Amino acid sequence: MPTLKDFFRSKPKYVTVHPIGKQEKREIPDGLWVKCEECGNLLFNKELERNMMVCPKCGYHYRVSARFRIAGICDEGTFQEFADDLVTADPLGFPAYPEKIRAAQEKTGLPEAVICGTCEIEGFPVVLAVMDFSFIGGSMGSVVGEKVTLAIEKALEEKKPLIIVSTSGGARMQEGILSLMQMAKTSAAIGKLNEAGGLYISVLANPCTAGVMASFASLGDIIIAEPKALVAFAGPRVIEQTVREKLPPGSHRAEFLMEHGLIDLIVDRRDLKETLAKLLRFHAPAQVGGGKADA
Amino acid sequence: MPNGNLDFERPLVELESRIEELRRFTKEKGIDLSAEIATLEKKAAELQKEIYDNLTPGQRVRLARHPKRPLALDIIKLVFEEFTELHGDRLYRDDQAIVGGLAFLEGIPVTIIAEQRGRDTKENIARNFGMPYPEGYRKALRLMKQAEKFGRPVITFIDTPGAFPGLEAEERGQAEAIAVNLMHMSRLQVPIVVVVLGEGGSGGALAIGVGDRILMLENAQYSVISPEGCAAILWHDASFANEAAAALKITAKDLMELGVIDEIVPEPLGGAHRDATQTAANIKEAVLRNLQDLLKIDVKTLLEQRYAKFRKMGVFYRRKSADAESEG
Ligand SMILES: [Zn+2]
Repeated sequence: MPTLKDFFRSKPKYVTVHPIGKQEKREIPDGLWVKCEECGNLLFNKELERNMMVCPKCGYHYRVSARFRIAGICDEGTFQEFADDLVTADPLGFPAYPEKIRAAQEKTGLPEAVICGTCEIEGFPVVLAVMDFSFIGGSMGSVVGEKVTLAIEKALEEKKPLIIVSTSGGARMQEGILSLMQMAKTSAAIGKLNEAGGLYISVLANPCTAGVMASFASLGDIIIAEPKALVAFAGPRVIEQTVREKLPPGSHRAEFLMEHGLIDLIVDRRDLKETLAKLLRFHAPAQVGGGKADA
Repeated sequence: MPNGNLDFERPLVELESRIEELRRFTKEKGIDLSAEIATLEKKAAELQKEIYDNLTPGQRVRLARHPKRPLALDIIKLVFEEFTELHGDRLYRDDQAIVGGLAFLEGIPVTIIAEQRGRDTKENIARNFGMPYPEGYRKALRLMKQAEKFGRPVITFIDTPGAFPGLEAEERGQAEAIAVNLMHMSRLQVPIVVVVLGEGGSGGALAIGVGDRILMLENAQYSVISPEGCAAILWHDASFANEAAAALKITAKDLMELGVIDEIVPEPLGGAHRDATQTAANIKEAVLRNLQDLLKIDVKTLLEQRYAKFRKMGVFYRRKSADAESEG
């Protein structure tokens, strides 16, 4: 499993960053300096990387890959991937879908939009699933639904806490109704985990909307969002197009959800691992005198 | 004939009004035109069969949204006895895009949850064109929990363009409301029969659509995205909705083949709007038969079967084999 260090060593020549609110996808050349697309400050590239792709000047969270997140959350060398042998089919014979999948695989180096595994976080064993937005917008088709369900079931069987980092544009249109049914499938699995008393921490990364948000991502015992992450059932563009409502600034952002009582915490990516470890500690068997117990 | 007929219905509607004219003529003038009428009636029956046996998915979408298609409350009145509506989510307000309440089905007390559009503009505004807010889904959940407490089966009727995508819906947690319903419906300890009546619009439909048996009217549709929405994304032009409807596989027959629904409820020839009474009778027969089966199953088995039903939905491969792993 690559560590954060390995990631930096093997990083591609270009880093793609997608600032909130801007639809065009610009690529920042991997030079010595980059200009933050949010605050406009010039940043030393290495400094941005050292800050887990969070602008040290304005705190803007750049979009990162699932592998990058995994490396940032797991104890080094503990991540063991499972269910990586599931391959996307084309059940509807949908126009250009196989080509779209192939292009996404080539672009991201991932088989699908979620990676699942077991790992340790400051010594606590957990089941971890992390979505990747760069794979067809993190959309959920049969494979994503199946892998997330397998992760939930593994947490249930092995009595381990479950952490899912979700970032998604919603259900995958190209698998039609089968994508929609993944919402029911994953939510049913969370229902079982709930009844068994399992802990599920849901982490919402930018953006997290529609079918994923209206299923497992909303069902965490504790819901954490990255600062300013776009989190919604229907994104601002959908609302502006369909209802033609004028939207106040900051609507659909993590802070808006916090204000409306819909999420528990907003946590900076640089503090996520520490926060997760703390939350896991609250759910570990009590030990007189404190300290880290086995989960 | 009143307005609101679809273009592909028009030759049939015209033929029917000619028959009507001849009948009136016979009555008024006392001339026997029965031979002519019989010929035209035969022609109408043939035409009807020809039209409706060859509907494209796009035409079915328009039937599912037909302005005269029976709405949930029309069907409820014809299928159940003593329907008594119960209101509100106890938290915010009563969302009229979802109706719920108690009724008897051949003597069995049941809880009904239904998405309800309006028949005219005024009613559509009150019912938000059948697009529920979070409080609608929370009312549904409240009534389902009530049903669970009293051991009553739940019958739901789906007919919505989708959950409402507005700012207030976001503020009150539309995504959360839907997700929580999916989770609780999957574990509800009473039988649930779902009927897709007209339009099954994505998550807004599924939010009352998790159950032990999913029935679907012959011309209803059920889709992850509206054909127009899909066309706008894929063809960058909403007028490609017919192509999108075909690609998305949203008809009852498609869903049956994909293993998402359990049974297609036949509609009278020409569609549900041509005979609401017959449509309701078909629904009643199917709901009652399925419910009687489900009532024989103990709760533990019922929940296991419900879990397994959704668990197997989806199609994918395993890298080692070339065969599809799972097909619902
Ligand atoms: Zn900045």
